Amino acid sequence: MTPRYPTLQTADHDPDGPLLGRLRSGDEQAFVTLVQRYRPSMLRIASGYVPSQAVAEEVVQDAWVGFLRGLSRFEGRSSVRTWLFRILVNRARSAGVRERRTLAVSDLTVTVDSARFDATGHWLVPPEPWSDLVDDRIAAQRMAGLVRTAIADLPARQREVVTLRDIEGLSSEEVCGVLEITDANLRVLLHRGRSRVRQLLESEFGRA
Amino acid sequence: MRLHVLARRDVVCQQAVELVTDYLEGALPRAARRRFERHLAGCPHCTEYLAQIRATIAVAGRISPADLTAEMRADFIDLYRRWQRDDS
Repeated sequence: MTPRYPTLQTADHDPDGPLLGRLRSGDEQAFVTLVQRYRPSMLRIASGYVPSQAVAEEVVQDAWVGFLRGLSRFEGRSSVRTWLFRILVNRARSAGVRERRTLAVSDLTVTVDSARFDATGHWLVPPEPWSDLVDDRIAAQRMAGLVRTAIADLPARQREVVTLRDIEGLSSEEVCGVLEITDANLRVLLHRGRSRVRQLLESEFGRA
Repeated sequence: MRLHVLARRDVVCQQAVELVTDYLEGALPRAARRRFERHLAGCPHCTEYLAQIRATIAVAGRISPADLTAEMRADFIDLYRRWQRDDS
């Protein structure tokens, strides 16, 4: 994939593979490209762990330093992005823990309140339709604000997976690689997190 | 634990909402997926529920990133240069 740097190994089809070789050979533009590509995501991810934007900036900076330091040891078993985000998540976790916040919402969010189903499991209080609003520019903007807040308020582990999977758009496999969790675990957390965010949108848009 | 129930019976709404994530993540076994889709075909409420989860994901995916300013760019080049110096 990167014939100019034959000694370099990267995960198959890693779009950042060619940049690694350039980085190691002293090409600062390659570093800027990588920073431009991932810094916004890293900031959003870091903000989920620490109390302020300033601290998030520090965590991200720190992660880049860790990335550069580890560059010579990187063996390409995961993609560059997975590895970079794993460094970031580990630093963010130890930098600022928002455990107080974590305790505020139960980890055992129900998907849908069981009171909304009858004894046979059919809807008694079905969801009011609002999904079409996502195509309405004004409504979608309001939704984005609510979703941002709702995700920020999720319990830590749910917030991690929803941020990586839904905001940053990583594949399930990548999220598992970054957070070092199983596929099944990922889906449980994702399910709870998304359910909770939907509930908050419903409380705003789903009134009859 | 619900899967063995699903193997014999049709999905009801309360089960369907629990299967949404596995469905969207492509993790449902084929038979379970077919039962889920059959349920959706006859249930407008669960269809709307699924659409709401999809809308939620779509909105999350549109939260926009911030761009790199010239100043930040200079800072990062500086960071890289320092690393090169220390590393060699």
